[in-house]
Amino acid sequence: MSDTLPRDAAQPRPSAAETEDDVLVRVENLVKHFPVHGGGLIRRVVGQVQAVDGVSLVVRRGQTLGLVGETGCGKSTLARCIAGLIPVTSGKVTFEGRDITNLSRGAMRPFRREIQMIFQDPYGSLNPRHRVGAIIGEPFAVHKTATGAERKKAVQELMERVGLNPEHFNRFPAEFSGGQRQRIGVARALALRPKLVICDEPVSALDVSIQAQVLNLLSDLQGEFGLSYLFIAHDLEVVRHVSNDVTVMYLGRIAESGPKDQVYETARHPYTAALLSAAPAADPDAAAQRRRIILTGDVPSPINPPEGCRFHPRCPKAQDLCGEREPVLETKLGDPVTHLAACHFPLQAGEILARDAGRDRR
Amino acid sequence: MSVTELEFQAHAAESAPEQAIEGRSQWNLTWRRLLSDKMAIASIAVILVMVALAIAAPLFVSLTGHGPEQAFTNSGTTRSGAPVSPGTHGFFLGTDYIGRDLLVRTLYGARISLFVGILTTAIATVAGVAVGLVAGYFGGWVDTVLARFIDTALAFPLLVLALALAAVLGPSLAIVIAVISFFSWAGISRIVRGQTLSLKEKEYIEAARSLGAGPSRIMFIHILPNLLGPVLVLATLYIPTAVVFEATLSFLGLGIPPPTPSWGNILGEAQNYYSVAWWYVVFPAAALLVTTLAFNLLGDGIRDAMDPRTERIFAARRGRRKNKRKAATEPGALPPLTVSELGE
Repeated sequence: MSDTLPRDAAQPRPSAAETEDDVLVRVENLVKHFPVHGGGLIRRVVGQVQAVDGVSLVVRRGQTLGLVGETGCGKSTLARCIAGLIPVTSGKVTFEGRDITNLSRGAMRPFRREIQMIFQDPYGSLNPRHRVGAIIGEPFAVHKTATGAERKKAVQELMERVGLNPEHFNRFPAEFSGGQRQRIGVARALALRPKLVICDEPVSALDVSIQAQVLNLLSDLQGEFGLSYLFIAHDLEVVRHVSNDVTVMYLGRIAESGPKDQVYETARHPYTAALLSAAPAADPDAAAQRRRIILTGDVPSPINPPEGCRFHPRCPKAQDLCGEREPVLETKLGDPVTHLAACHFPLQAGEILARDAGRDRR
Repeated sequence: MSVTELEFQAHAAESAPEQAIEGRSQWNLTWRRLLSDKMAIASIAVILVMVALAIAAPLFVSLTGHGPEQAFTNSGTTRSGAPVSPGTHGFFLGTDYIGRDLLVRTLYGARISLFVGILTTAIATVAGVAVGLVAGYFGGWVDTVLARFIDTALAFPLLVLALALAAVLGPSLAIVIAVISFFSWAGISRIVRGQTLSLKEKEYIEAARSLGAGPSRIMFIHILPNLLGPVLVLATLYIPTAVVFEATLSFLGLGIPPPTPSWGNILGEAQNYYSVAWWYVVFPAAALLVTTLAFNLLGDGIRDAMDPRTERIFAARRGRRKNKRKAATEPGALPPLTVSELGE
């Protein structure tokens, strides 16, 4: 996979120079619960889907934070909370030091220009009845920044910038391929020159060669416009390619977070290790050498998450303590302070988790 | 699509690059498909003729010299007082029981019927779309209240209310329009609400919200264009329903008050005379039938034209016809290949 991704955009970040000025977005202890209503005439709340349950993270200026995790672990909910699309149950989101948690639509409006989203489904995220020019020009229309010929010119410049033929502004989304549609989505997100772009699985619906094109486009644009990305994906190789820092989520909580190389090379959380071992490798020799950690069972229901460590029912290293006490997200085993893991029994260097290590080899 | 059509498009692309780059809208495609549907074209033609005749009704008054409410007791009735048959004394469609010109009255009836049909449908569509959009988009208690209101309107006994209103307030055009509008909007509302509920979950709505678009922009610019299709079909099918309902009310003497002619009240009067004057029943009834049939067939045609799957059916039919024609005119020439044949 990494062979198809030629340029590595992510530069190592000197952690010593870290200041508060670097922080673009800070999420503190964010909680988002969705009420579950019972049947019957009176809609009683019978439970809460704990989609996001106490997540803190930081997106730094000009950098990319990768957010990985299984389907249903709360990645997209977190993204929507940060973008102000859904109200937050508790916790705080600050953008450049200003609190943007649960702002009214009017108060959020100036921040909409700074925070944009690129969506997963290039088919669903473009209105089929609107022409491409109208779709890319919509940010200008909503924020009343450019009209008429000026808007058309801006739209065509954007189309050119993302690699679309500017002559095609009169076409409908149905007349474009998936990759081109995603470029339309990128152009729309860039129209207002945002500072933060939240990419919600922007390439997972595209085939691999197109993924590389879109990822390269995103990294070029990052350099050109000084964008910061919150990059959500379940493809670990994609996240590795684009990110400076990586955060791994499991069932609404952060399992592990830290600089990309730290997390990928010395994963401390068994869940991170299992995810990494499940990612397909392009090199067949390496693939044969690898030992997959096969997790048993399904992700538990977020309505009724397990006590203690949320991962313990599926964890190969779980002990009694894991079901009793919730692990704190902290630095483990002499890692740098930026590398955090929430585990009572973090993995040692060289520790092999695969239970049936011998039999799993093909 | 046949090869000839592809060639044509390629040619068009060369000669007019601007046009080739402009995508065809859904409406454009629907219109093109509709034009290849003979039944729809015939329906449109019938409706246009009917509208033209209704508009030109005063012209017939000046041509024949017979006003719509003018009774010709001498020339318009036989010596025994019965209506005269078509073609007698310049009455092309005969007369009614007091010697009024049936042609002129039927044409003036068309004015009432089309006016009621189109106006009530317009009112019902605007109201239905507005209520449905608001209920579906906002949800919560707004939806609960509006949805119950829709259910109530749908549950109302239409004819009984119309009878009661006409009895209390006296029959009038305004009551007819009010009653029909009131009972039509709810059906449209329910469809629009359902569509809105599903459309608002689309990712492009979320994208619009993330850009900062407000509820009115989302409802009218993002959701509305996506549900206009079913609404248009429904509206086309509501027009004949309204026309028939107006006729029903007038037939019962609860609609358009005489002497103003309407197809319904002409038919109501004709009940007592159809045994001696067949034309008295046949012409207004035929006008009613042809009009409602044309609107219904047009509605079906629009629905088919909206469905992209019908494109292939029409294309295949067109291709076959073209082949046949070509084979007939040039016996030696090979019929052009169609894409479907290439695929086989």
